[in-house]
Amino acid sequence: MSLRSGLVGGLVLAALPALAADPDVLTRAEDTMRRSFTTATEEEWRTRLAQDEVQALCSAHHNAPPPDVASRIVALSKENVRYPDDGKLLGNWKEGEKLASIGTGGHTGRIQPDRPDTRRGGNCYACHTMATKEVAAGNLGPSLTGYGKRLGNTPETQKFVYEKIWNAQAFAPCSHMPRFGTNGWLTPQEIADTAAFLLDSESPVNR
Amino acid sequence: MKSSSGDEIGMKHRLTAWVALGIGLMLGIGWATAADDRRALDQIQKYRDMLKDGNPADLMELKGEGLWTTPRGPKQATLEQCDLGLGPGVLEGAYAQLPRWFDDVGRVLDAESRLIHCMSTLQGLTRDEALQNWTRPGSDIEALVTFVAARSRGLPIRASQTHPREADMAAVGEALFFRRAGPLDFSCATCHSQDARRIRLQELPNFLDPASARESMIQWPAYRVSQSAVWTLERRLIDCIRQMRAPDADYGSDAIIALQVYLQRQASGGVLEAPGIKR
Repeated sequence: MSLRSGLVGGLVLAALPALAADPDVLTRAEDTMRRSFTTATEEEWRTRLAQDEVQALCSAHHNAPPPDVASRIVALSKENVRYPDDGKLLGNWKEGEKLASIGTGGHTGRIQPDRPDTRRGGNCYACHTMATKEVAAGNLGPSLTGYGKRLGNTPETQKFVYEKIWNAQAFAPCSHMPRFGTNGWLTPQEIADTAAFLLDSESPVNR
Repeated sequence: MKSSSGDEIGMKHRLTAWVALGIGLMLGIGWATAADDRRALDQIQKYRDMLKDGNPADLMELKGEGLWTTPRGPKQATLEQCDLGLGPGVLEGAYAQLPRWFDDVGRVLDAESRLIHCMSTLQGLTRDEALQNWTRPGSDIEALVTFVAARSRGLPIRASQTHPREADMAAVGEALFFRRAGPLDFSCATCHSQDARRIRLQELPNFLDPASARESMIQWPAYRVSQSAVWTLERRLIDCIRQMRAPDADYGSDAIIALQVYLQRQASGGVLEAPGIKR
């Protein structure tokens, strides 16, 4: 079971520093999960409920991994980054602006699933202040207002922003931020568009 | 349901009136455009205060009382002998000590699953009948839980801690609270482990902080303004999990009950206001 191998693999690596959670409890929690989602398909189990190694490690350490675990997470998170076909890390900020507001898509199950054609976005505003004209912004993450003005729109910042959105845990292990690229939630082009929304001097984030 | 259909129609009219009032108030609030989001949050509190003497959930409480005292099902029995953990028919304080271990079924149960058990054993209803329309506003199970919870209003949350399996469920619940999975890497802790955080303008309780946990948990079951419906805690948790892009959790499943045991322990001592009012 991939669920188990991810968890067990994580636990072996994490064996030395104290886990936030008791391994026996984690095993019982996995058994509980298996008993509690009896209508989930195997596909749903694999893509929605089973944990990969990073998820298992962050869960077991309550998102505060000790240094060696943190290094392992960063290393895993730097793997398999893909870039847009045209190689440009900055796309169209207007598309990025749309993606930042889209919080729909990806709901499964029978209670209230999304239609298959529902557009998915980054939903950045759920957690970040960006353009100041959008006042309904959350604060789970830091404010990104004026981000490009602060960091400068250089090749280095473009690469950093692109890779941060692709997988935030390559820089901040167990960050609460979804790994939009690694998890296939956004395409490379959508990530480049979102990066442009943050860095482009014409973007309302920087005006 | 058969025996209370007349009641239900009257209830629907009254609920409709409340819903209309609710929507009117919400439009007046205009929270999405408020320059100062603090103001929007204050308005929710004001809305709560206004409804203190007339929470639409009170109507669900009445419906629940009807379902509790009316003979129903193949056995034409009432639920008045249902044992919610303090003995058959004892309602006072029963909700405040749930979830708890039940010897007769050999499981830790929450209010919802215990009521389903009683509807099955006392009235002969099937699980599907007991859970009829549970995803729609005004379902029987929501009404019954509201009625039962209201009989603990003013009492402190004190989830039972007498059986070892209860402690076990609390530990599993904590692990599940931190369990990240799915295409967005979410766990409960993603949104509910820091102080004073919001999704958009929606304030989020921090369940690691007892004061914040209490503030949230004393309100369930709650009339949810955004849904124009009363939701029980179980319904809310199943929807949180759906929002995290997971498949549907089974109603009354151990994962949902374990989470409730953990959350009620975090909120221990909070004085129940059930039924409350939520966004």
